[in-house]
Amino acid sequence: MVHCFKKNGYNIVLDVNSGSVHQVDDVAYDMIQMYESSTPEQIIEAMLEKYKDRADVTRQDLQATIEDIEELKKSGQLFSKDMFENVQWNFKKRQSVLKALCLHVAQDCDLACKYCFAGQGEYHTGRSLMSYETGKQALDFLIQSSGSRHNLEVDFFGGEPLLNWDVVKKLVAYGRSKEKEYDKNFRFTITTNGMGINDDVIDFCNKEMSNVVLSLDGRKETNDRMRSTRAGVGSYDIIVPKFKKLVEKRLQGPEGRREYYIRGTFTHYNLDFLQDILHMADLGFTELSIEPVVASPDAPYALKPEDLPVINEQYDQLAKEMLKRRREGRGFTFYHYMIDLEGGPCIVKRISGCGVGTEYLAVNANGDLYPCHQFAGEEPYKVGNVYDGITRPEVADEFKECNVYSHEECKSCFARLYCSGGCAANAMHTTGSIKGVYKFGCDIHRNRIENALMLKVAEQADKDAAEEAEREKAE
Amino acid sequence: MERIKTLNNLVESANKGGCGECQTSCQSASKTSCAVANQKC
Repeated sequence: MVHCFKKNGYNIVLDVNSGSVHQVDDVAYDMIQMYESSTPEQIIEAMLEKYKDRADVTRQDLQATIEDIEELKKSGQLFSKDMFENVQWNFKKRQSVLKALCLHVAQDCDLACKYCFAGQGEYHTGRSLMSYETGKQALDFLIQSSGSRHNLEVDFFGGEPLLNWDVVKKLVAYGRSKEKEYDKNFRFTITTNGMGINDDVIDFCNKEMSNVVLSLDGRKETNDRMRSTRAGVGSYDIIVPKFKKLVEKRLQGPEGRREYYIRGTFTHYNLDFLQDILHMADLGFTELSIEPVVASPDAPYALKPEDLPVINEQYDQLAKEMLKRRREGRGFTFYHYMIDLEGGPCIVKRISGCGVGTEYLAVNANGDLYPCHQFAGEEPYKVGNVYDGITRPEVADEFKECNVYSHEECKSCFARLYCSGGCAANAMHTTGSIKGVYKFGCDIHRNRIENALMLKVAEQADKDAAEEAEREKAE
Repeated sequence: MERIKTLNNLVESANKGGCGECQTSCQSASKTSCAVANQKC
């Protein structure tokens, strides 16, 4: 499968199955689109007719381009076949091991964000904090269930994890104490609303946490409309100075401890969310992310199908602005545009995705296990607990089939190896089934992937232009 | 005239894929960095 698209003045061809990306001119763009349905002679005749006013389009030149296309096809970089579906890896029988846990150390929160999927952090089960004993048992369960995996991940999550800060610190120390004995490397991360950040939190996070995710929705009015205390006080003025201090110190820390994300959520209320991202950048933050809210359709802040053109236009403008700022030497990153073409994940990872329910589990405050944090507290999806392990394998096994090839819709989608079949939780919450497809999310994701690829093509074009200028200068 | 520029293979990645040592996160399918591909095994 080949996907041809135009974005920001670039003609781009993605060979879906091999992952190859080509930047082409108008003539090659037309030729590639005709290639599978026409003979070389028909293509050449059509091009000579269409581009008859262009001196550079000659029969000889077009023949050479046909040969280039055939060479790329022969080398598996164009019109490559789907080798993966035919291999038919049986994901249902695949033995996967656990490698990541999300610990809901606090099912409580000092904010009452209107769109919170956890219902003010309580996960519909009332306020509670995870005990050190339960957390310790969770880490033991992870070590015992991880087979020969060396790298293990633990995300401290809530509610708001800083409400149980002492337990977080003790669990990190416990994990570190087990690394040598079991030949494991813990990668600890934390997601916080920032309200409880102080010097102790900053110093500890910057020493022990491989990544910190800091929740901010952007502009003050955007953030405070959705993210306020139970008394209705907006969080912006409290958290922004704390985030700035944490990040400033973090960037001076050792390699491997500099990663952070400012992460927001946009809703129907701020369809101009590009302004919120740029506000984050203008505050001095450079690692940014914002996600579309997933909400019940009757929620006033829910995104609506008619919002889609505006949303996609915002993503397009974001990519252009990122390109502009990068060229000006003041670039920033955006999570969904972070595609690694050369060092990105293998095909197994791309097909199987985030590992929900198989490689990744969430642990609620009393030790119950769920397929991921977005299923926490939903009784039908409880798969066990940290003391007894997986007690409902039939539920966990359902998640083994959450992959690209379990969705009929994915088979004709060019973005399938960039999304792995989408988010099971979003599918469940919008269609009622983890095997459903959240089509609104797909439409957004496809556009984001096109923009991400465009940025890669532009980056390469800029490099080529700079090298060309250097060469001319030398001559 | 060069009309096609190819940027710097998923089919080949199947041969050395699936070690499971890469990071897990939401929507990480295309973003995770791979130690095999980066020759940092």
